[in-house]
Amino acid sequence: MIADATPASKKPSSFEVRVLRQDAPGEPGYWERHQITYEPNLNVISVLQKIAALSTTADGKSTTPVAWDCNCLEEVCGACTMLVNGRTRQACSALVDRLLEDNPAGIELQPMSKFPVLRDLVVDRTRMYRALERVKAWIPVDGYGDRGAGPKESQEGQEVRYPLSECMTCGCCVEACPQFAKVELFQRSDESDAEFAERKNRAYDQAFIGAAAISQAILFNEHPTGHMNADERLEALSAPGGLQVCGNAQNCVAVCPKNIPLTTSIARAGRQLTGYMFRKFFDR
Amino acid sequence: MAKQRVVVVGGGLAGLAATMKLAELGIAVDCMSLTPVKRSHSVCAQGGINSVNELTRQQGDTEWLHLDDTVYGGDFLQHQPPVKEMAYAAPGIIDLMDRLGVPFNRTPEGFRDQRRFGGTLFKRTSFAGATTGQQLLYALDEQARRWHNAGAVEMYEGWDFLSPVIDEEGRCRGVVAQNLVTMEIRSFPADAVILATGGCGLIYGRSTMSMACTGSAVSRAAQVGAKYANAEFIQVHPTAIPGADKLRLMSESARGEGGRVWVPRKPHDPRDPKQIPESERYYFLEERYPKYGNLVPRDIATREIFDVCVNDGLSVDADRQCVYLDLTHISREELDRKLGGILHIYEKFQGVDPREYPMKIFPAVHYSMGGLWADYERAADGGLTLGSPRNHQTHIPGLFAIGECDYQYHGANRLGANSLLSCIFTGLIVAPGIENMFKSLKESAGDEKFASLLRGQRAVKQLEHDNLLKREGGRENPYVIHQELGDVMTKAATVVRRNDQLTAAIEKVNELAERVENCSLSDTGNWTNQNVVFTKALRDMFPVAKAILKGALARDECRGAHYKPAFDMPGIDATDPAEKRRQAEAWCDSFDEKNRKWLKTTIASIDKSGEPTLSYEDVDTSLIPPRPRLYGLVGAEVIEQVWKERQAEKTPQSDGPNGAATKAAVGAGVG
Ligand SMILES: Cc1cc2nc3c(=O)[nH]c(=O)nc-3n(C[C@H](O)[C@H](O)[C@H](O)COP(=O)(O)OP(=O)(O)OC[C@H]3O[C@@H](n4cnc5c(N)ncnc54)[C@H](O)[C@@H]3O)c2cc1C
Ligand code: SF4
Ligand code: SF4
Ligand code: FES
Repeated sequence: MIADATPASKKPSSFEVRVLRQDAPGEPGYWERHQITYEPNLNVISVLQKIAALSTTADGKSTTPVAWDCNCLEEVCGACTMLVNGRTRQACSALVDRLLEDNPAGIELQPMSKFPVLRDLVVDRTRMYRALERVKAWIPVDGYGDRGAGPKESQEGQEVRYPLSECMTCGCCVEACPQFAKVELFQRSDESDAEFAERKNRAYDQAFIGAAAISQAILFNEHPTGHMNADERLEALSAPGGLQVCGNAQNCVAVCPKNIPLTTSIARAGRQLTGYMFRKFFDR
Repeated sequence: MAKQRVVVVGGGLAGLAATMKLAELGIAVDCMSLTPVKRSHSVCAQGGINSVNELTRQQGDTEWLHLDDTVYGGDFLQHQPPVKEMAYAAPGIIDLMDRLGVPFNRTPEGFRDQRRFGGTLFKRTSFAGATTGQQLLYALDEQARRWHNAGAVEMYEGWDFLSPVIDEEGRCRGVVAQNLVTMEIRSFPADAVILATGGCGLIYGRSTMSMACTGSAVSRAAQVGAKYANAEFIQVHPTAIPGADKLRLMSESARGEGGRVWVPRKPHDPRDPKQIPESERYYFLEERYPKYGNLVPRDIATREIFDVCVNDGLSVDADRQCVYLDLTHISREELDRKLGGILHIYEKFQGVDPREYPMKIFPAVHYSMGGLWADYERAADGGLTLGSPRNHQTHIPGLFAIGECDYQYHGANRLGANSLLSCIFTGLIVAPGIENMFKSLKESAGDEKFASLLRGQRAVKQLEHDNLLKREGGRENPYVIHQELGDVMTKAATVVRRNDQLTAAIEKVNELAERVENCSLSDTGNWTNQNVVFTKALRDMFPVAKAILKGALARDECRGAHYKPAFDMPGIDATDPAEKRRQAEAWCDSFDEKNRKWLKTTIASIDKSGEPTLSYEDVDTSLIPPRPRLYGLVGAEVIEQVWKERQAEKTPQSDGPNGAATKAAVGAGVG
C-alpha cells in the first residue's frame, strides 16, 4: 500500500514517457519519447512540468514543451483529462509509482480521442458545455432579488442530487461511450470566429448529447423549481442525438472519476421521457 | 452611441456573480477567463460559506457579531463599512444560492444544515458535502450559461487578460487580451472592466491554489495605475500535503478528531514511523502547549511546525520539510465514519493509507488577503451606499476589482468560510454601481472615437508579444526562475518574517526580475504556445512579489498573518499583583502605540519598471474599536481587565446593538 515501502533497489533511476503529440488541429499525430528522472510521489502533471522545463526528448533533441490543460491539481476541475496508458482519467490524480507498478516499461500519454485536438494533449470540449445548454441545465429563477430561501429538501433528495452535481464536465464518460462519436470541423478561411462557432454548435446539436448532460437533465428535473420546466429538458432528450442514441453499454459509469450513477440517471431519464411522450401524445 | 458593455475578467465565484447580476440588469457582458469558467479555482473550496441563520439567531447571534468576528479575526485591518454590508447581506446570499439549486446539506426536517468554523462561537457555515466551492460555482456557472443561451452574455474562455485600455483622461475603456489557442491578440471595448481574477499563490511556487492563480492580471492592472493594497498579508494554512506539483489542503478536522503531530527526535530517522518507539517521538505541540495540545490555533500550529523543521532541523524527510500527522491510533471504523472524505484525498494523491501510516504534512500558502485597492462609499448607517459607482472601483476610473483579487474584506487574516461569501457578495454589489455609472457616461467605448485608442493599445501588446518570441540569446529557463522565485518567497515571506531575510530576499528577487528578461523560449510558435503565456505571467509575478516583500519589510509589527518575532509583544511575567498591573498598563500602552503606527493599509504604487513604492492609509474602524487578540498569551486576564477599564473610560457604552465591542477576546481561526 505505502509507496515508500517499495525497496529502493526496485525503483528505476529514470523512466520513459511517450507522448502522442499533434502540432495543430487536423495535423498528423506523432509520438515523442522523453526520459524522466525518477522521484517518489510524482504524478503525471509533475512529469509534464518536468518535460516542459527540459524541452529535450529522450534522444537529446530539443523540442517544444508538450501542451496540456490543468488547473486545480486535485481532481475537481476536470481540466487535465487525457488517456494515461490508454485509460481516460485525470492526469493530476494519476500517480507515477502506481503507473510504473502496473507497467514498468513507462507511461504513455494521449489526448482524448472523442474531441478535436487543439494541440498535443489539449482538446476542445465546448461540445460538452453546449450539451448543457441543450438540456437547459439550470434553475430558471425569477431573478436575483431577495425572495427568501429555496424550497425545502429532504436529506434523501439532497443525497440524490449531490452526487449528480459533482459532475466536473471532464468528459471521461463520453470518451468511453461507444455511441459518442467525434465531431470535428475546421474553420474556413472566409469564416469569422462567430460563424465558425455557430456552425460547430449546429453540428454538436445533431450529435449524441452524452451521459454527462443526460445526468444533468435529471439533476435539474429532480429539483422542485427545476421540475417546473422538466418537459423542456425531456423535449431536448427526445430530439435527434438525445437519449435514444444511448445503447446502454454502461461504459460511462465505469470510468466516471466521481462515481456518478450515470446509468441510474439514464434509466430515470428513460422513465421520465416515456411519461412525457405519453402526455404529449394525449395533449395533442 | 454604441451599446455600453462590461468586460468581466475571471469566471470564479466573484466574476460569475457579477456576470449574472449585470445580465439581469440588462447590461451586455463579455466574460473572459483563462480556463473554462467551470474549471476556475473556486471549485477547490471544500469547507463552506458563512452567514447568520435562524438557529444561530436563537443563540444570540446577529449580523453585527458576524461583522465583529470578521474584523477581530482580521486584526482590525479592514475598513468596517464594506464588512458590515457583507455580514448583513450574507443570509440573503445563502438564500439566493439555495434558490439557484445548490445541494446544501439538510437537516432531517429539510432545512439547510450548518457547521462551525474557526473564529466564531456559532454554527454559521452552510455546506454542500465536501465540495461547497464547486457546488456554488456550478450554480453561478449555470446562470451564466442561461444568460449566454439567451444572448445576453458572450463567453471568452481561454483568453489571457494582458492589459486594461486606458485613455488620455485615465479612464478605462476596455481590455487587450490574447487567445490561448490561436494566440490572437485583440482589444475589447468596455465602459467598465471588472477584475475578478483570484489569488496569487503561484508567486510562492507551490501553494494550495490552482495553476491559474498567478496574480498576473492584477499585476498588469497595477503596472498601469491601479494600486495594490496589503500585499504582505498572505495566509498560510498549517496542514497541507506536500506534492511535487501542488500543496493540497488537509482539513483541520484531522486534528480535531484526535490526530497527533510529531517528528522523530533523531533528525530524518529513516525507520518506518511505526517502528519508532514513543520515547523517540517528539510530540512538539503537546509538549510546548500542554493545555491546547494539537488543537492550538492555526497560526500557532503553523509557526511551530515551521520552527521544528526549519530551525530545529527535525523534518521527517531530509530533502523536504514535513512532519507527521498521525491518526493510526484511532480505529479504522471511527476514521472512516468521521474523516472518510479527507482521508480519501490523501490516499488518492499520496498512494498511502493514512489509517495505516502517519500522514506527512507541512504548512502551505493558502490565501492572499491583500489585492487591488478598491474604493467604497460609506452610508450613514455605517454600511455601504449600494448602487454607488465608487464601490469596488480601483484608482483607475472604470476599472473595478472584486473577489479574492481585491483587498477589502479580510484584513490581516481571513476567517474560514468568509471568502466564498465575500466573492459572491462583491460580484452582486458591483453591478448596480456600474449600472448607475453607465447612466452618467455620455459615450460608449464602442464609439468610433475610441477605435484608434483600442487599436493602438492592441498594437503595443502585439509588439511585446512578437519581441518576446523573437528574443534570442537569452539562456534563462522560465520554469527554473519560477522555482527559484517560489523558494525565495516561501523562505522569507510566509510564516515567520525577519528583516534580514526580507532584505536578502528583495535583493534576490530583484536579481531574478532581471534574469527573467533574459528568458529564452523553447517554443517560438504561434499556436497554443503555453511557454510564452507562462513566461508573461512569470514576469508579471515580480511586481507583486516585490510589493509583498517590501510591505513585509516595512511593517515592523505582528498583525494577523504577518508575524515578526522581533516585534512581538510578549505576555507579562510578573507574579506580584502590583507589578503585574504595571506591566499590563505598559502592554496596553504599547498596543495603542502599535495601532497608532500600524493600523494602516499598506498601499503599493507600482511604476512602469515594476518597482513598488509604499504609502499608508488610515483604516475606518468607526464601528468596532480595535481590541487586542490575547489568545494563549501569558497574563491575558489582567491585560484584558486593564484594557476594558480604559475602554470604559473612553466610550460610554455605545458600540453597536449588542455591545459587541467589549465582548471577551476569543481565538480566531482561518480557513
Ligand atoms: C484549497 C482551498 C480551499 C478553500 N476553502 C474555502 C472555504 O471552505 N470557504 C471559503 O470561504 N473560502 C475557501 N477558500 C478560498 C476561496 O476558495 C477563494 O478565495 C475563492 O474561490 C476565490 O474566488 P474568485 O472568484 O475570487 O477567484 P477564482 O475562483 O480564483 O477565479 C479566478 C478567475 O480569474 C481567471 N483569471 C485569472 N487570471 C486571469 C488572466 N490573466 N486572464 C483571464 N482570466 C484570468 C481564472 O481563469 C478564473 O476564472 C479556499 C481556498 C483554497 C485554495
Ligand atoms: S459524469 Fe463523470 S465522467 Fe462524465 S463528465 Fe461528469 S464527472 Fe466526468
Ligand atoms: S450507457 Fe449510454 S451513455 Fe453510457 S456508455 Fe453506454 S451508450 Fe454511452
Ligand atoms: S487539474 Fe483539475 S482535475 Fe486535474
